This record gives sequence, structure tokens and C-alpha cells, in this order.
Amino acid sequence: MTKKSKALALHLFTIASLAGVFFILPEYHSGIVARVLVLTIYAMGYNLLFGYTGLLSLGHALFFASGMYGLGLAMQYLHLSPITGLIAGLAFAAFVSTVIGFLALRTSGVAFMIVTLMFAQAGYLTILLLGEYTRGDEGFVIKQSQRMISGFDLSDATNRYFVALALFSVCLLIIGWIVQSGFGKTLVAIRENEERAKMLGYNVQLHKWFAVIISGTMSGAAGAIYALLFGYVGATFATVQYSIFPLLYVLLGGAGTTIGPLIGALFMFYLIDISSQFTNAYLLIAGVALIFLTLYAPQGLAGVVRKHVIRWLP
Amino acid sequence: MEFGPHLLLATLEGAISAAVLALIAVGLSIVFGIMRVVNVAHGEFYMLGAVMAWWITSHVGGHPAIGFLLALIVAPIMVGSIAALADHLILRRINYDPERTIVATIGLLYVLQQLTLMTFGADARPVEAPFNMRIALPWFENGVDGWSMYWPWGLSTTTYKLAVIVAAVVVLVGLWLFMTRTRAGLIMRATQLNRDMALAHGIPVEKIYALVFGLGAGLAALASVLVVPIQQAHYLMGGDPLLLAFIVVIIGGLGSIPGTIVAAILIGMSDGIISVFFSPTLAKILATLLVAFVLIFRPQGLMGKPAK
Repeated sequence: MTKKSKALALHLFTIASLAGVFFILPEYHSGIVARVLVLTIYAMGYNLLFGYTGLLSLGHALFFASGMYGLGLAMQYLHLSPITGLIAGLAFAAFVSTVIGFLALRTSGVAFMIVTLMFAQAGYLTILLLGEYTRGDEGFVIKQSQRMISGFDLSDATNRYFVALALFSVCLLIIGWIVQSGFGKTLVAIRENEERAKMLGYNVQLHKWFAVIISGTMSGAAGAIYALLFGYVGATFATVQYSIFPLLYVLLGGAGTTIGPLIGALFMFYLIDISSQFTNAYLLIAGVALIFLTLYAPQGLAGVVRKHVIRWLP
Repeated sequence: MEFGPHLLLATLEGAISAAVLALIAVGLSIVFGIMRVVNVAHGEFYMLGAVMAWWITSHVGGHPAIGFLLALIVAPIMVGSIAALADHLILRRINYDPERTIVATIGLLYVLQQLTLMTFGADARPVEAPFNMRIALPWFENGVDGWSMYWPWGLSTTTYKLAVIVAAVVVLVGLWLFMTRTRAGLIMRATQLNRDMALAHGIPVEKIYALVFGLGAGLAALASVLVVPIQQAHYLMGGDPLLLAFIVVIIGGLGSIPGTIVAAILIGMSDGIISVFFSPTLAKILATLLVAFVLIFRPQGLMGKPAK
């Protein structure tokens, strides 16, 4: 088998086992996995920029929130259907990431991190400022009656799981296809040596811009799907913490691997979920994990596997 | 209150936040200037200073000034030591790589914040000021019978608030003398100019880095001990000062101490004044956007010189 078909087989196997696992899991856990799948979409979007292009953003919550509010506000005030709402969310996230990418990519390294952080903070504060419509920190609920696609109830646990899985699968296959394509290989080349990529005649700036747009739009898609499936839109999702989470998931699972974000999100979500039963200081886990990962395993779990066991891991 | 007295009051409050902000931001700035790393956990060192001040003052009896003076000395040293230890255990091992340092200090931020939550608790706790006399301020008005002086209701400040401004100025002058007139300061500046050359001349760069990281954190802690009798100690109090300090350091020019101080006065005063008259959220949005655009279009800061 070629590397490409091996990668595709791995992705299809992952999707199939996630579908099968639903019938074994108790309801509480299938609810969590549905949530994790949506957050994995977010982390996969983040990974395209951080893991494959080498651009560390500290402001992806802005894109997540763009998708979430794009869908949420459109459904709340324009009474759009879930499908058109999702399109509105995607369009808004694409618009925001196009603008932010254009501006932020004029900087690099630490300045890029701070600029994205500042834009995200400005976005979060704007949500609070427009509290009259966004309901600020409190957020608003998308009514169950609105979350129906011609009789198909998105708030039902089984439906929710399989919709999350379906959308996750689409994103996983898109990412798998992108990183195998010439475009994806160029992104990796930029990550490894930007000057050389430029010397070879690639338009580095344009590639990076596309990477931000795809990454931001996918993160926005996650935000919109989250709002749609769980029926809640709130400013918490725009805070710095939600910019840190995908970084944490990707670092833990393995930056620059297609299944790393899933592993990282699953692992970290359960770690935080379990520890929050014992203490209210559950973010301590996140802090300790960040420090240990930077110190000892910057390539993450899947990265270690790729280095020592399965060298073809996409 | 009328507009004039109100503005005076806002300016006074602004001057206090500018003084405190200058201390925090200079701490962040020397760490960036000398070590070339961004310390995201800086706000948590500020928070730790306040929490320790509460702990010390609540364990020392007698006049509140005794406990406060003790806190003013002990808390910055303890926080500085914690920072130096973190530098030794974490930053040194990742070789001060700029991006990995940011990720690691984000981790450190959560660890310090959550450990404080576990031990200190989620309540805000007050610290009594060592002295606190109310001073009413007069206002002059040109009325029908010429200039007259009167005492508007609510226009007042306290001796302690004025002392905070004086103390901040003293510390900043002391820091400036330390950096320019002492051997240790000279060594720090040498390390800033050229790390490898300093190393070649036998300067223990790693020890200097630990010292600088501790000094930066100590300054933040000192600022919070000064401010804690006005505010209260709380485990989440580090967030806002961190953001403001970032804004100040970037607008003042990364690593430039005079630029940082000027920007602190500018931002502190305008934040105080804008927040009184307009929405504080709007003021923060404008400030964060300003930072982003300064970094994009004028990365050397408003005061800094362009990179050669």
C-alpha cells in the first residue's frame, strides 16, 4: 500500500471505530465523546496552522466564536434554519479569518502570537460590549424547536453523536487530503525552512494566508456546530482559555499529525472531566500538562509513535 | 460633582494606576529586554505578591504598618525566588526558545493560579493600609464675586494613595540607578547587548537570567503589595494587569525601559480617565486593537527606534 492509501485507511478505520464505539458506550460517555469530536474539529483546524504551517496562534477562540455567534445570532434574530445558519457561521468565520490573516501575517514569531491574542481579546470584549444582542457572559440558548432539520432532532443524543461524527469525518478527510496535497507539502516546507521555501519560488505569504483562512474557517465550523448541537452560545467560548485549549490538545496529541488532535482532545477532556470531580482547581492539570509537554515531549503522543513505531503516520 | 472636580478625581485615580502599572510593566520589560522572552505568567506573580501580603499581614499582630512593612520586603523576595526557581526548572531547560517559553509560561500561569485557588481560596481578602487619612481637595471657581475656593463633596484622596505614587517613583528611580550605576546592572546590560559575548567574558549568563526573571517578578509583586490595601487580594487578579502591562510594554517599545514608563503613564492615566467617563470595556477594546496595530505597523513601538 502506498503512504497515501495507508493514511486514508487509517482515517476510515478511526471513523468506523468511533461509529462502533457508540453502541458500547454508556449515555454519559457518548455525550462526552460527541463534545470531544466537535472540539477535535476545532483542534484540527488549529493543527493545520500550528502543526503543519508552524504558526502559533494564541487567538483561535476568535474564529471559534465567529462561527458560533455567526450561527447563533443568525438563528436567534433572523430565524434561519440550522443549515443556512451553519452557512452563515462558516461565512462569518471565513470573513474574520481572511481579515485577521491579512493583518496578523505581517508579523511573525512572538509578535504573531501577541497580535492574534490581542485580536481575540478585542473580539471577546466586543461580545461583552454588544451585550444587548449577545447577552454577554450569560449567553443565550438556541431553542430545541429551532434545532430541527425537517423533523430530524439535533438535540437527541443519538442524532447528536452521529451528526458530530459525520462532520468530524468530513473535516478529518479534508485535512488528510490537504496535508497529502502539494499545498500541504508546501506548508510543511514553510514550517521547516521559510527562507528556503521562498528561494524555491513559493509564494510563502499567500500560502500562509490560505492556511490561516482554512484553519480559521474550520475552527469557526467547530464553533457553529457546537452551538447547533449543544444549543448554547456564550462569551466564555471567546476567552483566552478557549484559545489555549486547541493548543493544548494539539501539543498533547501531536502537532503535525492528522489524528493527534483527536487523541489530545479525548485525553485532555477526560483528564479535566475526571479531575473536576475532585477539585475546582481542575485547570491545574492543563498548566502542568503544558509545562511537561514543552519540557519533555514537544512532539506529543502521536509524534512519539511516528518517531519510533509507525513512520508513515500522516 | 461638576466636570472639573470630576476630571481631577479621575486624573488622581489614573495617576495611581499609572504608577502601579509602571512597576508591573517595567518588570515585564526588563525580562523581555534582557532575556528576549515573553513571560505570560507575569500577572500571576503580581497576584502572588498580593496574596502573600495578605498572608503576612494576617499573621503579624500589632499596628497594621508593621505587618505591611514586613510584607513590602518579604513578599517581593519570596515571589522573586519562586520566579527564579521556575526559570531554573523550566525556562533554562527549553533554552529560552521564544515560542516554547510562551507555552511554558502559560502553563506556569495556570499552575500558580490554580494552586492559589486550592490554598488561598476563591474569596477576595482585604489588607489594611498602614496609614489612611482622608484628604479633601479644594476646587476653585470663577463665580459672580470673582475666584472662590470651595470643597466639593466627594473630591478627596487618601494619604496612602499619594504614598503609592511616591513609592513607585522611588522604586523606579532606584531601579534606574541600579541598572546604570552598579556592576550588577552593567553585567545585565552587557548580557542584553550580546549574550554570547557576555558568556565569552565569563559572565554567568544563566545566573543572570534567573536573577533578571526573579527581579521582574519581584517588581510585579512589589506593585501588588502597594496596591492591595486599595484593591483586595484575589486569585484571578492577575489577568487585567497582565493585559495592561503587555499593552504598555509593546506601545513603549519592547525592552525599552524609558519607553515603558512613558507608555505606562499614558495608558494608566487614559485608562483611568476613559473608564470614568466612558465604558471601561470600550477603553479596553481600543487599547488591545492599538497594541495589535502597533505590532503590525510599527513593531519597534511608538517610542523605540526602528531595528537596523
